[in-house]
Amino acid sequence: MLSFITRRTLLAIPVLFGIMVVVFLLIRAIPGDPCSAILGEQATQAACDRFDEANGLNDPIWVQLGIYMKNVVTFNLGESIRFSIPVSQLLIDRLPLTIELAMSALIIAIVVGVPLGIVAARRHNTAVDAGTMAFANIGVSMPVFWLGLMLAYLFAVVLKDTPIALPPGGRLTAGVISVPYYDAWGWNLTEDTVWASLNEFIANFVIFNSFITARWDVWWDAIRHMILPAITLATIPMAIIARITRSSLLEAMNKDYIRTARAKGAKEWTVVSRHGLRNSLLPVVTIIGLQMGLLLGGAVLTETVFRLAGVGTALFDAITGRDYAVVQGFTVIIAAGYVIVNLFVDLSYGYLDPRIRVK
Amino acid sequence: MLEASAGDANLLTDVPTRQWKLTIRRFRSRKSGMIGLGIVIALILMAFLAPVLAPYAPNEVLVAKEDVGPREKPCIHLFGCDESKPQHVMGTDGNVRDEFSRIIYGARVSLTLGFFTVTIAFIVGSTLGAVAGYAGGWFDNIIMRIMDVILGFPSLLLAIAIVAVLGPGLQNALIAIAVVSIPAYARVMRAQVLSLKESDYVAASIALGASPRQLLARRIVPNALTPLVVLATLGVATAILEAAGLSFLGLGAQPPLAEWGSMLASERNNVFTSPHLVFFPGIAIMLTVLGFNLMGDGLRDALDPALNK
Repeated sequence: MLSFITRRTLLAIPVLFGIMVVVFLLIRAIPGDPCSAILGEQATQAACDRFDEANGLNDPIWVQLGIYMKNVVTFNLGESIRFSIPVSQLLIDRLPLTIELAMSALIIAIVVGVPLGIVAARRHNTAVDAGTMAFANIGVSMPVFWLGLMLAYLFAVVLKDTPIALPPGGRLTAGVISVPYYDAWGWNLTEDTVWASLNEFIANFVIFNSFITARWDVWWDAIRHMILPAITLATIPMAIIARITRSSLLEAMNKDYIRTARAKGAKEWTVVSRHGLRNSLLPVVTIIGLQMGLLLGGAVLTETVFRLAGVGTALFDAITGRDYAVVQGFTVIIAAGYVIVNLFVDLSYGYLDPRIRVK
Repeated sequence: MLEASAGDANLLTDVPTRQWKLTIRRFRSRKSGMIGLGIVIALILMAFLAPVLAPYAPNEVLVAKEDVGPREKPCIHLFGCDESKPQHVMGTDGNVRDEFSRIIYGARVSLTLGFFTVTIAFIVGSTLGAVAGYAGGWFDNIIMRIMDVILGFPSLLLAIAIVAVLGPGLQNALIAIAVVSIPAYARVMRAQVLSLKESDYVAASIALGASPRQLLARRIVPNALTPLVVLATLGVATAILEAAGLSFLGLGAQPPLAEWGSMLASERNNVFTSPHLVFFPGIAIMLTVLGFNLMGDGLRDALDPALNK
């Protein structure tokens, strides 16, 4: 098992390396320079020279690449040219929101999608099956940003004076403040330490933070603001998961061991869950892992529609604003996250299918 | 030979006529595939007949010609709108242009984009995959690692980065989406070639002295095309969605081009007061993508029923 894990991890390293180099080159290929993007078109040459020198942009390209590589390995992600704060600080501020959004969307997608797929498979070739698949097909065909806008209109305008009205954007209502747990509990954290940064990162998970500090008003407000973006982001993965679950379960239920299980006298529920589902989960888990990419891409659009300050909008602004450090740093983190998620997916294969462990 | 089951179809070098008829009959038997085909045909017709179907030109500003203002609600005489007001089935947009006409002309942009994106990705990806699969060794390794790197990025983010390099515009959005789509075709073609390489008729051709190029071009690739055709059909759907996404972010089609994603983007801040201007372009995108998705699914089932969906 250990060699399985080691092998998978080692294979990921060259890919990660390739991604870093591609990002480095790509961002520098963008026409225009950071100076005019940050200081404005009117910036004088002298100002730009000082700017370039200060940000190490005058060094030869391979020197810059070398410095970049070394920094990544030592977790020094540089400073945002635009905001003049460390990229890591930007990550601490923005990443929790995107993770909360993506996790909420993934949970909704799985909790709705898998049962939907099971129901469709169990009622194969009936109206329920056709209806479920029609719903899934439509879900997969909808532009994420359009769905977000339509839901915002529905819940914020049409249903405005009803109990199920929902806010059309932002993370918290104006005036509602999430107090970090370490402040609420009177911890004294030394500033600028890794420990402080870590706690700040965790506290930025507003839903989690308000939950553990029992601030139910903040918790409920945060959840209300997260519902529409999460549903918007979840729709496409939910539809895909439903389809895969259905086809995978159908295929498993046609196998001989299902017939044997039934002949043995096993209860139908046991047949479906233990023999059918367990053997059909492999493609479903793969797809769930692959959804991470979709979720991150969709997060950019969803965050834009609902005005959420997450990684998606930060990355988009950084790419169009030529904020090199932010693009590089964020992309490395995202790619690393991808690799880790896929690693877990691979490892789960070993759990789900013992034959793979032996290979 | 004619009794070969559907699963053997891609092992035959000459697909018998009866095989095609079987495939067509299987496609026609599934309602969803036929609905998809119907939508796609309607769309193509709409694109071709745009000048006839659209009551106005897509960029015709009506402020001086008619008594209408910006963001007018839909006015359909049949449904009770006052006869004195000019008919605008979907209202007017922020620049006092007829929304319905722009939606119809938008079909041209979306179809063109989908078609060209997929064609580029198909040709480049399949070639890379076929050569990688056949050649094997370090060449295969390098190509596939490059594909992995491209796949390592969330596709929309990579497309955004490429458009940022090339500059915003429909053409560059097309290139960006094509690049992002290439790995899928490369992988599928490579997998096909790897498995077909071992078949008997390939061995026979090699024994008869066929060169690798002849082998690939005449024997292997034609039999490998089935999953790629399905991928291409579904790829049009994905391309249209991604293009709309890029346009929504301001990186794709630029105004005044009538493209559904950018039409949506420009009215986004008015969704609470003029929801119809967001609703109609979105429905257009959704129906188009749905059509291609259904058609692609139907094709997949028809071409290889052993897949069991």
